[in-house]
Order: sequence, then C-alpha cells, then structure tokens
Amino acid sequence: MFVTAAYAQSTTTEGAETHDAAAGEVHTETGVAHEGGHGSGVFPPFDSSTFASQLLWLAISFGLFYLLMSKVVMPRIGSILETRHDTIARDLDDAARSKAEADAAVAAYEQELATAKAKGNAIAATAREAAKSKAAADRTSVETSLNDKISAAEARIADIKAKALADVGSIAEETASAVVEQLIGGKVTKAEIASAVKASAK
Amino acid sequence: MAGDKVDPVHQFVVNKIVPIEIGGIDFSFTNASLFMVATMAVATGFLYFTTSTRSLVPGRMQSVSELSYEFIASMLREGAGSHGMKFFPMVFSLFMFILTANMLGMVPYFFTITSQIIVTFALAIFVIGTVLVYGFYKHGLGFLNVFVPAGVPGILLPLVISIEIISFLSRPISLSVRLFANMLAGHITLKVFAGFVASLGTLGALGIGGAVLPLIMTVALTGLEFLVAFLQAYVFAVLTCMYLNDAVHPGGH
Repeated sequence: MFVTAAYAQSTTTEGAETHDAAAGEVHTETGVAHEGGHGSGVFPPFDSSTFASQLLWLAISFGLFYLLMSKVVMPRIGSILETRHDTIARDLDDAARSKAEADAAVAAYEQELATAKAKGNAIAATAREAAKSKAAADRTSVETSLNDKISAAEARIADIKAKALADVGSIAEETASAVVEQLIGGKVTKAEIASAVKASAK
Repeated sequence: MAGDKVDPVHQFVVNKIVPIEIGGIDFSFTNASLFMVATMAVATGFLYFTTSTRSLVPGRMQSVSELSYEFIASMLREGAGSHGMKFFPMVFSLFMFILTANMLGMVPYFFTITSQIIVTFALAIFVIGTVLVYGFYKHGLGFLNVFVPAGVPGILLPLVISIEIISFLSRPISLSVRLFANMLAGHITLKVFAGFVASLGTLGALGIGGAVLPLIMTVALTGLEFLVAFLQAYVFAVLTCMYLNDAVHPGGH
C-alpha cells in the first residue's frame, strides 16, 4: 500500500485522474491521495513542512515518556515483582523450616514412644516376675501349711486309731468278763482276762 | 464515490491546533502533537495507576502492566543477553509508546502518529543512534567487528563487508518503513472498505444488499488491524533488541 500510494503520488500528474464513480477503488484512492495534502499537494505523511513540529513534539512527548518510565513506572513495577519474589522465597523458606520442625517433632515423638514402650515392657516384666515369685512363695507356704495339717491330721488319726485299738482291748476285756460271769458265774480277775484277750488277739 | 465524501488519506493530514513558530521554523502544536502527548499520557497513566496499589497478588490491570514489563524484559534478555538489560527502559518505552500509539490510532477519528514516516524514522534513528554511540563508546574501533562476520574466507571479505555495511545502513529505513507502511496501509484499507459500505448504501435496496460484503470485510479488517497494531510494536521491539545486541556484543554472530 505504501508503495502504491507513493508511486501514485510521484507519477500521477495534475488532472490525469477524473473522479468518476466508476473509476474503481484504486483510482479513487490514489486520486485522493494526490489531492489530500490540503493545499501543499503532497501526500500528508510526506509533507515535510510538518516534520519540524512533529520531531519537536515527538522529542518532548517521547522524552517525557522515557523519563517517566525509567524514573517512576519501571522501578515501581520492578519493586513490586521483587517484593513478590522475595515474599514467595521467604514463604517457601518458612514452609521448609516448618516442615523440618514437624519432622523433628515426629522423630522426637517416635523416640519417646519407643522409650515409653520399652519402659512399659520393663515394668510389665518386673511385675510379672514379682507376681510369679509371690505366687511361688504363696504356693510353697500353702503347701507347707497343708503338709503340716496333713501330718497333724495323720497324727490325730494314728492317735485315735491307737486309742480305738486300746479301747477295743478294754471292751473285749469287759465283754469277756461279762460273758465269763454269765457263763460260769464266778469272778475272773482282770489280769487273767487281759492275758486271755491278749492271747486271743494274737 | 466522490473524493470529498470518503477520503482515505484525509485521516493522515496534520492540522495546526496552536500555531507556534520559532526562528522561522514551524513548531505548531498539531493534531499529531496532541496524539503524541495523549499517547504519552495514556500509556503512563495506565502503567502508573494500575500499579499504584502495589498489590502482592495483582489484579487484572496490574497483571497487564507486570506482564508487559516481564514480556519486554525476557525479550531483551534473550535478544541482547544480560549485558543488554541496561537498555531495558529504552526498549520498554519504545514498545509501550508504539503499542499505545497504534492502539489509539484504532479509535475512530483519532490520529495515528505511527502512520507518519517522520515519527517512525525518528524512533528508528533513535535506536540506531543508540547502537552506534554505545557501540563505539564501549568497544571503540572494535565495534567495526560488527561488519566482519567470523569464519569468512579472506577473498570474500570485501564483498561480505560491503554487504554488511549496506544492510546496517538500511536498518533504520526498514525499521521505520515497516511500522509506517503497516499502519498507513491498514488505515487506508479500512477506510476504503468502510467507504464502500457508505457509498453502496446510497444506491437503494440492491446497494444495501451489496454493502454487506464490504461491511464484513471492514469488521474482519478491524480485527486484523488490532493484531497488526500489536504485532508491529512487537516487531519494532524485537528488532531493537537484535540491533542492541550488536552494540553489546559486536562480532558475536
């Protein structure tokens, strides 16, 4: 387009273009391009009479823009980005530190748990040992007392048995003396009866 | 379609608002001057007020400002390395200024300052001038290495050097004409198609039916022009970064 317009500007001569509705867009455009220069007869962007003013105002506005960018806006955006970057880095550090603390706490907890378990086991073992030995002592004491009772009982039984056996002798003597009295009507001495009983008991 | 009714070039005419003349030279405050100042004010105002809260978590508008900052920063770092970052204010200002000027130019009845060859040429000269001044200041005559690509056989050297010099000299022209021509052509095309809509509309029912096509074209072109307005600002900034790279690392091809 640029080439077309420039070409049209340099080649079309005055009056060569007729502004005809049927002339077509290119002709219309170039024709206008030729006439559009408001008096100077130049395609407006190539009108050198405006160059000085445009350069001056471009220098003023772009210079000011450059100053504002480099002194105000860019340091501000840069500081915003840097602050954000720092904040993120700090937060990440905090998170890492918190994680390390949590890990340490977990490790300490597990350590404590292990020692507590060991202590518990030890207490249980000693308790078991104590209970065992106490049970054993109890059993032996019970056993001895039972044995004592048994032997006492046995002694009493033997005693009673002996007594009974002795009684058996005296009963037999009495019976024998009574039987003898009934049968023979005479009195027999106790000594005779006792010897007789003893002899029959043999 | 008569010239007085739809004039696609009229939008580029510079009108005096406040005539000023110093030493016989015309420094009038014109509509072009008005929109240069407006561009400066709009761009500065936007960047200034969207960042005034300095939020740690940015809002939408603050994000726009921060994104453009980081966009240009990464562009310059990729283009000219970390040594090139001293030109960050310059590239950022150029990009924001051109982008804002292009976007303001998209508003109907607004003047497009980047459609003036003298404006784009001045900006291009500013870039190339910076490259030359900084290059010679920093590297002295070593800056001339920029014209001597490494690894070229001695017999080809005169040819290659002359080509490099020509390409260097054509940089301000290509840089300025690219932006100027894109903005100019886009605005003329828009105006021409929009003019078809108006002129066909006067031709009765058939004309109104026929005007639909250029209307669709106008809408589509408007979208395209917004893309071009951004793209040209971007291209200008990218090329500026590339040229600055020559000043920072001459002979570092």
